Amino acid sequence: MSVVGERLQPTIFELSRPGRGGGKIPHPPADALDRIPPGSRRTTPPALPELAEPEVTRHFVNLSQLNYSVDTGFYPLGSCTMKYNPKLNEWAARLPGFANLHPMAPDSVAQGTLALLWELEGMLAEISGMDAVTLQPAAGAQGELTGILMVRAYHRARGDTARDEVLVPDSSHGTNPATASMAGFRTITIPSAPDGGVDIDAFKAALGPRTAAIMITNPSTLGLFERRISELLDATHAAGALAYMDGANLNAILGRFRPGDAGFDVMHFNTHKTFSTPHGGGGPGAGPVGVRRVLEPYLPAPRVIREADGTFRLETSRERPMSIGRVRSFFGSTGVLVRAYAYIRAHGGTGLHEVSDDAVLAANYLRARLRGTYQVPFDRPCKHEFVASAADIKHRTGVRTLDIAKRLIDKGYHPPTIYFPLTVEEGMLIEPTETESLETLDAFAEAMIEIAHEAETDPGLVTSAPHVAPVRRLDEATAARQPNLRWRGMTGAQTPCPD
Amino acid sequence: MPYGPHAADDRARMLETIGIDTVDALFEDIPEGLRAGPLHLDEPEPELLLTARLAALAGRNRVDLASFLGAGAYRHWTPAVVDQMLLRGEWYTAYTPYQPEVSQGTLQSIYEYQSLLAALTGLDVVSASHYDGGAATAEAALMACRATRRDRILVSRAVHPHYRQTLETYAEGAGLEVDELPLVAEGPLAGTTDLGALERLLAEPDRPVAGVVAAQPNVLGLLEAMPEIGSLAHLAGALFVAVIEPVSLAVLAPPGEYGADIAAGEGQPLGIPLGYGGPYLGILACTDPLIRQIAGRLVGMTADLDGTRAFVMTMRAREQDIRREKAASNICTNQALLALAASIYLSAIGPHGLRDVAATGAARATELEAALAAAGAPRLHAGPYLNELVVRVPGARAVHARLLDRGILAGIPTADLLPDEPSLSDGLLVCATEVTTSDEIARFAAALAAELDPVATGGAA
Repeated sequence: MSVVGERLQPTIFELSRPGRGGGKIPHPPADALDRIPPGSRRTTPPALPELAEPEVTRHFVNLSQLNYSVDTGFYPLGSCTMKYNPKLNEWAARLPGFANLHPMAPDSVAQGTLALLWELEGMLAEISGMDAVTLQPAAGAQGELTGILMVRAYHRARGDTARDEVLVPDSSHGTNPATASMAGFRTITIPSAPDGGVDIDAFKAALGPRTAAIMITNPSTLGLFERRISELLDATHAAGALAYMDGANLNAILGRFRPGDAGFDVMHFNTHKTFSTPHGGGGPGAGPVGVRRVLEPYLPAPRVIREADGTFRLETSRERPMSIGRVRSFFGSTGVLVRAYAYIRAHGGTGLHEVSDDAVLAANYLRARLRGTYQVPFDRPCKHEFVASAADIKHRTGVRTLDIAKRLIDKGYHPPTIYFPLTVEEGMLIEPTETESLETLDAFAEAMIEIAHEAETDPGLVTSAPHVAPVRRLDEATAARQPNLRWRGMTGAQTPCPD
Repeated sequence: MPYGPHAADDRARMLETIGIDTVDALFEDIPEGLRAGPLHLDEPEPELLLTARLAALAGRNRVDLASFLGAGAYRHWTPAVVDQMLLRGEWYTAYTPYQPEVSQGTLQSIYEYQSLLAALTGLDVVSASHYDGGAATAEAALMACRATRRDRILVSRAVHPHYRQTLETYAEGAGLEVDELPLVAEGPLAGTTDLGALERLLAEPDRPVAGVVAAQPNVLGLLEAMPEIGSLAHLAGALFVAVIEPVSLAVLAPPGEYGADIAAGEGQPLGIPLGYGGPYLGILACTDPLIRQIAGRLVGMTADLDGTRAFVMTMRAREQDIRREKAASNICTNQALLALAASIYLSAIGPHGLRDVAATGAARATELEAALAAAGAPRLHAGPYLNELVVRVPGARAVHARLLDRGILAGIPTADLLPDEPSLSDGLLVCATEVTTSDEIARFAAALAAELDPVATGGAA
């Protein structure tokens, strides 16, 4: 599509002028590529932009300033846990000893990183009550796939091949059913009960000899602890199925509830949610997976082994013959794991307990502050997040949750997660995290209350928000109908290399 | 708690507003029998002490060796501007750009990344990023199966073994068949994908192939006959998946030119530290007709209500949070910050700089080849290569270990990389890039000569 209006920041392609830049590395000898056969060579240089470093710097600084971030303000994005990202951890991951270590370096060269990873496995096992942990998965969703493939391998190893279904509550993250499909299972969706928990009767009716696993998020995506968790897990195991816990909300229950003790067989951790690794505008993550003893043989290889003499090594694939295999190249998102390790060490057991206490306290505080203004569909103590609803406001004024979210931008806040879980009408999932001060929580609550008032007195102000963001609401329909997914204005570099 | 914000009486005021006495009251919904005792972890460590611990751990890694390791992860020089930009909190402490009005920085940067990688690969559509080269290759294979409605993949044994293993793991879940394409064992084409075998496997009756996967350069550093592999795949109605290395695309023909339908690869060489395996950058690109099959996020250009140019996540009906069990993939978190690193790197180094990086690596590799041959370790293969090569070293594993004692990280024994290839039992896969120095090459060659012929060089037996 063509855009006729203004632009916030030119693309790097529009900033390019032939002959700019260069001088970063010495030129190679003229014959460096003579041994490459002509048929394999590139004939047209790639259409990359030519910029001098000052322009590169300004471009990316200017772009960055169009973002909202935790470092600039309150980001109560439910289910995503936008807590503070400690700066020490950024420093640590960049230490040359960690950052410059090749992933195929021999074990004797990598003792520092291997020691850290081995310790981290142990910490995650202790936190979750699981018996063994793999650090390989690159993100939570890949952790889910790893876990469900292990479930599949477990049943197959027992000759139990009829199990082709995975039960998933309707309030779950979309990754759960998508994972079940990728692992070759059919998803059976279980409705929620009026109290927000899993509908136990519907759950038991769906459970049977075809059930391979259940996938439960606990606390749920409504921020509620599944009070009948023992009944769910007992029924699951009685039916011969395994129980997967989506650990997205583990940050609410550190030191309060260990999934392994409760009877979950496998779970993943989201390091960016529980252990403060920065989310980077979409990634990277890391998705370690913990399992109980029955699933340990199926973990991806390699794990880190500690030898009797105190040295560390990676295990070989021969040592893990029942493994589901690799889910990615090399060891894993090690740089992310270094940050998670630093976070756990900084907190210790008592500090992690406090993390959950303060996260839950902050969520309940906001729930109490907003209760009189917004509907709170499940009005009992929540964990680290809660769902508020603007359904009444919408019926009365026409102002929707989407509008309230956009109006929050005007007031200096990132909106909560909206319309998730899908089970709540006009829902907004609010997660303040443990690193926000009481002043911030109060100011946010007042902004929310003010917007509800505006909805009554000046609804147009809310439905046309945001007014002070870098851009107004976007034309998403045209973007999807006539996709423009890359800059087409440049051809290959035509000028000779500048010197 | 080290990052806690509360003043002395804040918690009490919050409890009072909630109407409870202690925070424990908020956890009463956890059944009594399931409540955890104290975590057996060490005491909280103050930042001063933790800093020392982390520095000591990092110091136990040996990153001072003369390294000739490649095999899918490459040592490169990164302009300082890359990390300076990445350290801005506006980038790394933002979430997925669900609210486009306050995420235009991330959204435009992804659009620019898609554009830069489209220019490098010569393909139309580039996903916002995947986990790494292995997962991207697996997703490419799944795409080929969805697009052709077939369920068999042929993958060259000269594709990185970790990528093949990842592909096999994903294929097991999806119920796909994966057959490996053997390598030519000897002669001028040794070490490359066996095209005769490819033809035979493509022609097997009642076993239609969805996709053919081959790497350029391949895991042994050799250049493959990509146009021919693509033609054979297309003749059989299969798609062609090219596994690429992005720096090489400054000088090697891009997948879009030799008929690849999908390109997958590892973006780590574009300004991303080695970091013992991650976080890295999975590159996934395809032709326009496959746009609805691609996995992962896409960002498109659009306008806001005033007509101001803006960017937004688009075509989201492929994604898990919308489509749930019918999604193209379960991917949610991706590698956005690493894609940003790649964009800054490419912007800073420019088209000429990237060519210089690739060509300097090739020149250093030529020097390395000559030095190692003179030391008694000639190249094992005859075909063309770019900057990574296999040299013949009898007893390669043992020699590799002894070279380590001499401060040389002598690449990787090919017997460890591809243990099932008898023709590779006595080889070392070594790599040179623009950061490899003549001094390092000379030290490697001297140490190798001493190991191979200790008497002649007066070295220890």
